[in-house]
Order: sequence, then C-alpha cells, then structure tokens
Amino acid sequence: MQIIQYLINGISIGAVYAIIALGYTMVYGIAKMLNFAHGDVIMVGAYISFCVTNYLGAPAWVALIAAMAVCTVLGIVIEGLAYKPLRGTPSLAVLITAIGVSYFLQNAAQLIWSSSPKSFTSIVTMKPISLLDGQLVITGEVLVTVAVSALVMVGLTLFTGKTRTGKAMRAVSEDRDAAQLMGINVNRTISTTFAIGSALAAVAGVLLCSTVPTLQPTTGSMPGIRAFTAAVLGGIGSIPGAMLGGILIGIIETFAKAYISTQLSDAVVFSVLIIILLVKPAGLLGKQVQEKV
Amino acid sequence: MLKVEDMHVYYGAIHAIKGVSFAVNEGEIVALIGANGAGKSTILKTVSGLMHPRSGSISFCGQDITHTDAYKLIRTGLAQVPEGRRIFLQMTVQENLDMGAYVNKEVSQKDLDMVFDYFPRLKERRKQIAGTLSGGEQQMLAMSRALMSHPKLMMLDEPSMGLAPILVDQIFDIIKELHKAGTTILLVEQNARKALQIADRAYVLETGKITLSGTGEELASSDDVKKAYLGG
Ligand SMILES: Nc1ncnc2c1ncn2[C@@H]1O[C@H](COP(=O)(O)OP(=O)(O)O)[C@@H](O)[C@H]1O
Ligand SMILES: [Mg+2]
Repeated sequence: MQIIQYLINGISIGAVYAIIALGYTMVYGIAKMLNFAHGDVIMVGAYISFCVTNYLGAPAWVALIAAMAVCTVLGIVIEGLAYKPLRGTPSLAVLITAIGVSYFLQNAAQLIWSSSPKSFTSIVTMKPISLLDGQLVITGEVLVTVAVSALVMVGLTLFTGKTRTGKAMRAVSEDRDAAQLMGINVNRTISTTFAIGSALAAVAGVLLCSTVPTLQPTTGSMPGIRAFTAAVLGGIGSIPGAMLGGILIGIIETFAKAYISTQLSDAVVFSVLIIILLVKPAGLLGKQVQEKV
Repeated sequence: MLKVEDMHVYYGAIHAIKGVSFAVNEGEIVALIGANGAGKSTILKTVSGLMHPRSGSISFCGQDITHTDAYKLIRTGLAQVPEGRRIFLQMTVQENLDMGAYVNKEVSQKDLDMVFDYFPRLKERRKQIAGTLSGGEQQMLAMSRALMSHPKLMMLDEPSMGLAPILVDQIFDIIKELHKAGTTILLVEQNARKALQIADRAYVLETGKITLSGTGEELASSDDVKKAYLGG
C-alpha cells in the first residue's frame, strides 16, 4: 500500500510541476527563450495569495484571482522591460538576463517579505478521502491539483488549436516573419504568451504552497528547475509533453526520496533526464524538427 | 500604386541595396529579374516591412510606408508570398488559410471557395498537415494564403523555384488569372524567360542596383538580357 501512496503523492506534486512546465513550454515555444525567472513568478504568486488571505482576510478564490492578476501584469512587465529590448540578440544574452530577473525577484521578495519562512494555509478545504481503512489517504490538495492541471492542459490545447489568437501563437512559434506577413503582431503575441504563462505560474504557486506549506523567497526556484526538466523531458514546446514530463518528474522525485535518499532525489531526476535525452533527444513527445538554415 | 525611391538597405555592414528606384502602377504585372544574390528578396522584404531601409522612401497607394511594420501593411492591401513559400509546416492547410485571413477576423466560405477555385487540389487536402504537401502544392498554399486577405498588390518571390516545368506553367497561368481578376503583381524571378513573357514591365537588378528597365518584350529582346539571363 505504501508504494501506491507514494505514487499518489508523486502524481500530486507532479501535477504542480506540470502546470509550471506548461508555462515554460509555451514561452519557449513562442518566444524561443528559456525564462529562468518563471519559477520566481510562482513564488510571487504564492506571496500575493498569502497576503490577501492573511492580511485582508479574503476568501481563497479571491486570493487566487489576485495572485493571477498580479503575476499576469508582472509577466508582461518582465517581458517588456527585460526581454523585448533583447529581441534578435544572441540567446545567451537573453538567458543571462533571465537569470538576472530571477535573482531580482528573489531579492525583491526578501526585501518585501523578509527571508523568514511563512506558513502558508492551504486554499483547499476539501476533506481527505480515506481508502482501505486508512491505508491510503487522498487529500483534497491531491484531487484539486490533479484536476486543475488536467483542466489547464485541455484548456491550452483547445486555445492553441481552435482560437484565432491561439493559432496566431503557433504561427509565430513556427515562423515569425511569415506570421508578420499575415498581419500578426509578433510583439503583442509574445506579450500575451507571457501573460498566460505567468497567470499559470500563479495558480501553480498557490497549489504548490497548499501542498508544501513553507513559503520563502527561494520557494519557486527548485520547483522551477524541476518543471523545466519536466518540459525538456516531455519535449519542450509540446503541451501534452509538459504534462507527461511533470507527472513523471513528480513520481520519480517522490520515489527517489522514499527509497534512495532525500538529498539525492534531484540527482536522480537529472540522471533520468540525461538518459532519456540520450535515447530521445527531442524529449518523449517532442517533434524532431530540423534546424532552419 | 507602389513607388520606391532611392532605397538603400543594409544587413549590418553589408550594403545590399544601393539606391534602387522603381514603380508599380495599378493593374500591371511588373517583373524584377536578376541573378542569385542580386538583392531581389531584400527589396521585397523591405517593401513588405520585414526590413527597413537606411535611406530612401517607399509609398503605397499614396501613403508613406517607409517605416511601417509588416503586420500593419497587410491591412493596406499589400501581400507577399515569400521566397521558399514559408507556409506553416506544422499546421493544416485549413489553418494556414485561417492565418491568411487573420486580418479579416473570420474566414469566410466565399474566400475559401475563391482559393479552392484557383487551386482545387488544396480543397482535397484541407485537413492535411502542410509539411506533407508536395513542393507545388506548398507554393499553391502560399499563394492561397496571401489571397485570403484580398490584396491589391501581390508580391511573389520566386514562385517557380524548385518546381517541375509543368507546375511552373500552372503557377504562371494562375498569376495571369489573378492579374485578370484585378490584382496588381510584382514578380521576382530567376526564371527570366517566363517572367518577361507575362510582365508588362520589368527591371533588371545587378548587385543591388537597377541596370535596365523596359517593357517585358523590350527586355526579352535586349542583347544584354539575352546573354546574361536567357542563355544567349
Ligand atoms: N540575412 C542576411 N544577412 C546578411 N546578408 C544577407 C542576408 N540576406 C541576404 N544577404 C545578402 O544580401 C544580398 C542580396 O540577397 P538577396 O536579396 O537574398 O538576393 P536575391 O533574392 O536576389 O537572390 C546578397 O549578397 C546576400 O548575401
Ligand atoms: Mg531571393
């Protein structure tokens, strides 16, 4: 029974990684950049939610919406101020800037909220479900997290597949110049992508801290890196890939913590990533795209 | 309709277009011919707003568009079928057409019928991923996609590139039909013979400068052009 309990826990944390990875993958697919600050947007989302519930006494759904709103604006501002001026420059310059933004957000959070951990109250009020005389426990957080991540995946798939804006995003992702010739405003499309990715980061932040209730300025960084790993594992740029990668990384991490060692769990996660990339360089569900000349 | 005056375009330090002036009048087919690397594509990219000139001016239908970005230009009736087709390979044929109609907000059945009328083969392949089409079909899709916005001026960059002779003939027939239906055409070609056959007027471009101009017939019978572009 223990093993099934680990599996459930793994899927639950994996579902959070999946939501983060979906944001990573969308931004990478459309803006063609690794936004290393994505994990820190998660942390900001969690702090906003924390403040709205604890200081304003607002209900959980208000806190969630506030976190999403703040992160959406934050995402657009980061893109506009830090990344947009670098459009067309070597990707290394953009990557270093993204790392800079990541530190900036962590330091700003430290200044505003101090580095001492806050205890986050879960936004889920659902009672845990006990199965087989209490041998298996499925918490409300597990159910909500898994449901939300599935919903986000389906929503993004429909959005990019069916709507005019979503299709324009795919067009920009494939060929920026050709997209412009169609009348698509590339800058605005990239901005919209950051807005969506950051709103998802807020949702992920709230769910992450509902599952693991310690909140501090570095809260987003490891989950951010694991989610990035998940996106690469699943095939970066692929929506179902991000989902699959997230769940797998969550399960692998949980089992590594349980059966190998807590300290080594990240090493195990990265080893798995390296092995899979050796066999399938484009990731599990990634398309093998040849580089354009 | 389109007027380019003393246009200079650079790629970093490379001076690719060195003071080019030309015009396209409403209702014409104008050809721009020249060897590989002469700067034909650069001119089209600059007119369509994907690049901007360092100096000189471009106007379209009386409006100065020298510094207008590409995504705005399509709304003024200027469409480009880029070199190498540049269709969205991972999207379906239908989705490519949807993108062509992006500025119309909605894809009307009437417009779809129009392009399927020109290119019936695409109708059968509507649901197919564009990357799986043959070269000729991809060119047809690129042209259809540009047609969806009802351009006043359509600029085509080497539409015959890499196509079998029979397909080249088909594509040129369609260009003539589009022209008859009222679209003004600016045609860039390395296939000078075909281009001069259908062009009202033509310009010859050599390493960033226009060296000759005249009616299609005049140029086709000019000794210089014969030697350099028509194989003697
Ligand atoms: N992206 C680029 N960067 C630098 N130089 C370029 C680039 N694209 C084209 N050029 C140069 O500009 C000149 C004109 O190229 P192009 O317009 O593509 O010619 P054409 O379409 O007539 O074959 C060539 O010398 C080419 O090497
Ligand atoms: Mg060319």
